[in-house]
Amino acid sequence: MTTSTSRRGRRARTAAGLYHGTGLLASLFFLAPFAIVTLSSFRHGTEARLPPIPPWPTTGFSLDSYRTLDSFGSGIWQHTLNSTIVAVSTALLTVVVSLLAGYGFSRYRFMFKNALFVLIIATLMIPFQSILTPLFIILARLGLNNSLVGLTLVYVTLQLPFSVFMMRNAFDAVPKEIEEAARIDGARDLKLLVRVLLPLVLPGIVTVAIFAFLNSWNEFLAALVLLSDNSKFTLPILMTAVRAGRLGAIDWTAVQSGVTVMMIPCLFVFLLLQRYYMRGLMAGAVK
Amino acid sequence: MSLAETPAVPRRRLRGRSQWKGLVYIAPAMALVIVFFLLPVLFTFWMSLHKWPLLGEPKFIGLGNYVRMLSDSRFFAALGFTAYYTVIITIAIFALAFPLAFLVERQRRFVGAYRTAIFLPVVVGLASASLLWTWFANVDNGFLNPFLAWLGVLDLKTNLFATFDSAFFVICVMVVWKVAGFTMIILLTGLQAIPTELGEAARIDGANRWKRFVFVTLPLMRKTMALSLILSVTGSILAFDQFYIMTAGGPQNRMISVVYYIFNQSFVSFNLGYGAALSLALLAILVLISIVQLWLLRVGEDQP
Repeated sequence: MTTSTSRRGRRARTAAGLYHGTGLLASLFFLAPFAIVTLSSFRHGTEARLPPIPPWPTTGFSLDSYRTLDSFGSGIWQHTLNSTIVAVSTALLTVVVSLLAGYGFSRYRFMFKNALFVLIIATLMIPFQSILTPLFIILARLGLNNSLVGLTLVYVTLQLPFSVFMMRNAFDAVPKEIEEAARIDGARDLKLLVRVLLPLVLPGIVTVAIFAFLNSWNEFLAALVLLSDNSKFTLPILMTAVRAGRLGAIDWTAVQSGVTVMMIPCLFVFLLLQRYYMRGLMAGAVK
Repeated sequence: MSLAETPAVPRRRLRGRSQWKGLVYIAPAMALVIVFFLLPVLFTFWMSLHKWPLLGEPKFIGLGNYVRMLSDSRFFAALGFTAYYTVIITIAIFALAFPLAFLVERQRRFVGAYRTAIFLPVVVGLASASLLWTWFANVDNGFLNPFLAWLGVLDLKTNLFATFDSAFFVICVMVVWKVAGFTMIILLTGLQAIPTELGEAARIDGANRWKRFVFVTLPLMRKTMALSLILSVTGSILAFDQFYIMTAGGPQNRMISVVYYIFNQSFVSFNLGYGAALSLALLAILVLISIVQLWLLRVGEDQP
C-alpha cells in the first residue's frame, strides 16, 4: 500500500517536473529575444557595439542607442508620433465606422442587406497585397498619396471585415427588450445608440480598437509603398533606413533601440487587455 | 402592442423610413470598402491590360502583360521559392505548435503564464520581429553567433546571412518564433472541444497514448487543423516583410517571394501594368486555395 502510493507520488512528481521543465524551456525561447534586445539597448555606446554577452548593461544604464536612433530620418519623436497618429486614428475611426455599420446590420432591415454584409466580409478573401498597385494610383488621384490620412483610411478599410462582423455580433447579443424600454423613455436613434447601447457593446469596441491599433502600428508593406516623404515615415519604414545603414555600415545600436520602441506598445496593450484580445482572436478564427 | 393596432399605411411608411436609416448607418463602411477596396480590385483588371508607367500616358496592350508573364523566368523563380518557403515553414510551425498545444492543454499550475509567454511574439509586428532577428543573427555583434559557438555548433565568424541555406534557416526560426503561439492557440481550441470521455473510453479499450492521438484526437481536430493550415499557408504565400528586411532578397536574389517580385516590378521598376497582371495571378492562386479551404472545411463537417 505505502509503496504503491509513493510510487504513484513519484510518477506524478516526475510528470509535473517534465511539464514545468518543458514549459520553462518554451517560455525561455519565446521570451528571451524580447529581454535580450530590450536590455541590450540600454548599454553604453562602446559596449552596445559588442555582442550582447552578457545581454544586459554592465557599465550602467545609458540612452546612447536611443540618441543614435534619433539621428536617423526626422528624429525618433517625429516617427513615433507618425506611428501613434496613424494607429490611434485608425483605432478611433474603425470603432466609429464599425459601430454604426454593426448597429445598422443588426437592427435595421433594408434592401440588399445580406449581400452588402457579405461584400464587406468577402474583402477578407482578397489580400490587400494584391491590390496595392491600383491603390497606389487611386490614392495619387485623390491627392492622398504620401499622406498619413490616406494610409489611415486604407488601414481602416482593411480592419472593416473583422470589425463590422464583431460589432454586428455584439449588437445581436443585446436583448431587444432593453432597446424597447429605452424607446419608450424617449431615446431614439443616435441618442439611443450612444447613451443606452454603447456601454452594452463596450467589450466588442475594446476588441475592435485593440486589433485596429496593433495591426496599423505594425503594418509594413502598405506604409512602405504609400509613404515617400521622409518626414511622414512610420517607425517600421524609418527602420528600413536604419537597417540599410549609412556609408555601408549598419549601426546595430540603433536597431536595438528601434526594435524596443516598436515592440513595447504592442506588449503593453496586449498584456493590459489580453482578455479582449483573445475574444477577438477566437471570433476571428471561428468565423 | 400598440404598433400592431396602428393602421397599415403608417406602418409601411415606418418600414420605409427605417430602411433608409439602416443604409445611413452602414454608409461610411460601404463608402470605404467601395473606394479603397472594390474600386482597386476592378482597377487591377483594367491596369493589367495596359503598359502603365509611373509618368506619362498608359497604353492599351491587351493581354501583352499576361503573355510576358508566361515567359518571365524570374516570376516562376519567385513562385517556386514561395512554394518552397510555404511548405517548409508550415511544417516547421506545426511541428512546434502541436506539442506546445498539448503542453498547455489542461488547467494546471502556471499554465496561463506559459500560454502568455509563448503567445507574446504574435502581438509584435513581423517587421519588428524581422529586425530583432536580423540583429540577433548578424555576425558583427549579434547574439546567435556567440551563443551557438558556446554550444559548439557554429564558428564565431560564420556569417549566417552569407549562404542561402543558413539565411533561410534564420528566417524560418524567426517566423516560427513569431507565429507558433498563434497556431498553438487555434489548435488548443480544437483540442479543448474534444469531449474527455472519448479519450477515456479509448483508454479503457486499451489504446495507448499514440493510438489515442492518431485515432481519436487527430480525426476530431480535422476542422481546426484545416483552419490553421489554411491560415498558415495563405500567410506564407503573402510573405514579404521578412525577406525584404532580413536579406533584401537574399544571396543571389534567391529569396524573392511573389509579393516581393510584384513590389519590385510595381514600385522599383514602375511597370505598374505588369505589376497589376502579376497581382491578378497571385489572386487567382489564392482563390484556388480558398476553394480548397472550403472543401477541406466541408469534408471536416461531413465526418464530425
